[in-house]
Amino acid sequence: MNAITKTLVSMSFSLAIAIAVPALAQEPPGSGMPQPIPQTPATHDFTSHIGKVTGHADHGKQDYRRWCVGCHGPYGDGNGENAPWIDPKPRDFTAATFKCRSTPTGTLPTDDDLFNAITRGFNTSNMPQWRPLTPQTRADLIAYVKTFSPRWKSEKPGTPITITPETPVTIDSIARGKALFVKLECWKCHGPLGRSDGPSAATLTDSKDQPIKPYNFSTGGRLKCGEANADIYRDFMTGLDGTPMPSFADNVKPEEAWDLVHFLRTLQTTRPSKENEVLKAAGGKIPDVPPPAAPAQENNQAPQQEQKSPSSGK
Amino acid sequence: MRTKQVCTAAALALLIAPASVWAGTISGKVTVDGPVPKQKVIDMSKEPACAKDYPASDPPKTETATVGAGNSLSDVVVYISAGANDEGTVPPQAVTLDQHGCRYIKHVTALHVNQDMKVTNSDPTSHNIHPLAKTNREWNKSQPPGSPALDAKFDQAEFIPVKCNIHPWMHGYIVVLKTNHFGVTGADGGFSLKDLPPGKYTVTAWQETLGSSQQDVTIGGANETKTINFVFKGKAY
Repeated sequence: MNAITKTLVSMSFSLAIAIAVPALAQEPPGSGMPQPIPQTPATHDFTSHIGKVTGHADHGKQDYRRWCVGCHGPYGDGNGENAPWIDPKPRDFTAATFKCRSTPTGTLPTDDDLFNAITRGFNTSNMPQWRPLTPQTRADLIAYVKTFSPRWKSEKPGTPITITPETPVTIDSIARGKALFVKLECWKCHGPLGRSDGPSAATLTDSKDQPIKPYNFSTGGRLKCGEANADIYRDFMTGLDGTPMPSFADNVKPEEAWDLVHFLRTLQTTRPSKENEVLKAAGGKIPDVPPPAAPAQENNQAPQQEQKSPSSGK
Repeated sequence: MRTKQVCTAAALALLIAPASVWAGTISGKVTVDGPVPKQKVIDMSKEPACAKDYPASDPPKTETATVGAGNSLSDVVVYISAGANDEGTVPPQAVTLDQHGCRYIKHVTALHVNQDMKVTNSDPTSHNIHPLAKTNREWNKSQPPGSPALDAKFDQAEFIPVKCNIHPWMHGYIVVLKTNHFGVTGADGGFSLKDLPPGKYTVTAWQETLGSSQQDVTIGGANETKTINFVFKGKAY
């Protein structure tokens, strides 16, 4: 692009912005008044950065129209031609609200979060894994997805939450996690045994008023936002925006969070895990009154041999 | 020449005068003419901690349209939608939204853009605060019993439905406005917009079920009080 074209483009930009001064009067919803159309910057302004790869929205556009448009639609609003036959519905990129983030609730995800989502796909949905596409293509797609919402220009992604080193998996940790599961009332939706049958489960809707089910731990199915213990930790600390799952970051300390993760793993009764081994070794019963939690370790020490509490059955 | 000086003096006075000098007031009452949707009894049996707050003779009901004596309408936001130039002045005090008896107190909370809001939980049960914002950022935070107040701010004007996913009957509105001249009607349907400098204003009244209506009002003198009433048309469903 030569200098003259650049100047022209930027001039037309400022002109467009000048024209689109929002009306001073504030119109309530449903008043029938035309709403000002937000001006979105040109496609080439959007990029993504995944490690050393830089994605460009210009390149992502063609890829999007080849792979994504069928479900997510040409306007990125989740109304592609396949959408009526899909449940859960495709993500609406115009809201810039994303489930799987490393960032606090209400903030934009990082490029890595979106890259991981495209790569991983979403279990129990129509979103497949996109590993066959090169990392460059996936990065381009992420850059293009940003063009659907002005939020990507007006806001920066949130600061990813800190995940402390995992505490040792012990029967006491599992017991403390269970107490937390009861105290925080996770069971209200997920059910006392994590079978997605809590008293509020049947009434849940997402932010688009579509019915939505809480995760059923007893199936042991792949978790939507990743399979590692750290991913579960992230799930309840950041919340899954756009769904009923809130953020617990204000009320759960890091060591408590690991206790909760360890307990949640035992609800996945059919899935082999260290937590289930520890529970089995303790006789398959989670003690009721847990001893107080030790403060979280600052560095990754080898898990120490803990004293077996007398309450854990032989 | 003389007139010019007078005008300048008047203009200067306008510039220097603090807002409180302008004691123009627009007040009145909001009523409804006709039926409103029948409010349903809320079954809180799944949440005994809240159900016990309500006597059997007076069960909790939905609040999508609450009519009082003389057809007065509660939970109506009345605000200056055009004419008031106070967009940039954010009130220093915080607005409180409480959760009590598994309901939002108040059902409709109005505040200025960027004004502090404190969300508190007075119930012995967990809630999650989920403002379903479209223009602002949507967020969703859990608040177990006994946890400290949550701080929130909204930087865009918007009528935001707020809900608790754990208790599906919990619905309310957080109304973020670009003006400081607003009120939310109580049981008597009354409102009063104070401290208005002389000028032309558009007053809007908004009710979540019955919609909104507007009236133009001119405040002529510095201490003038104008009375306007809003009468919403009923809606059976």
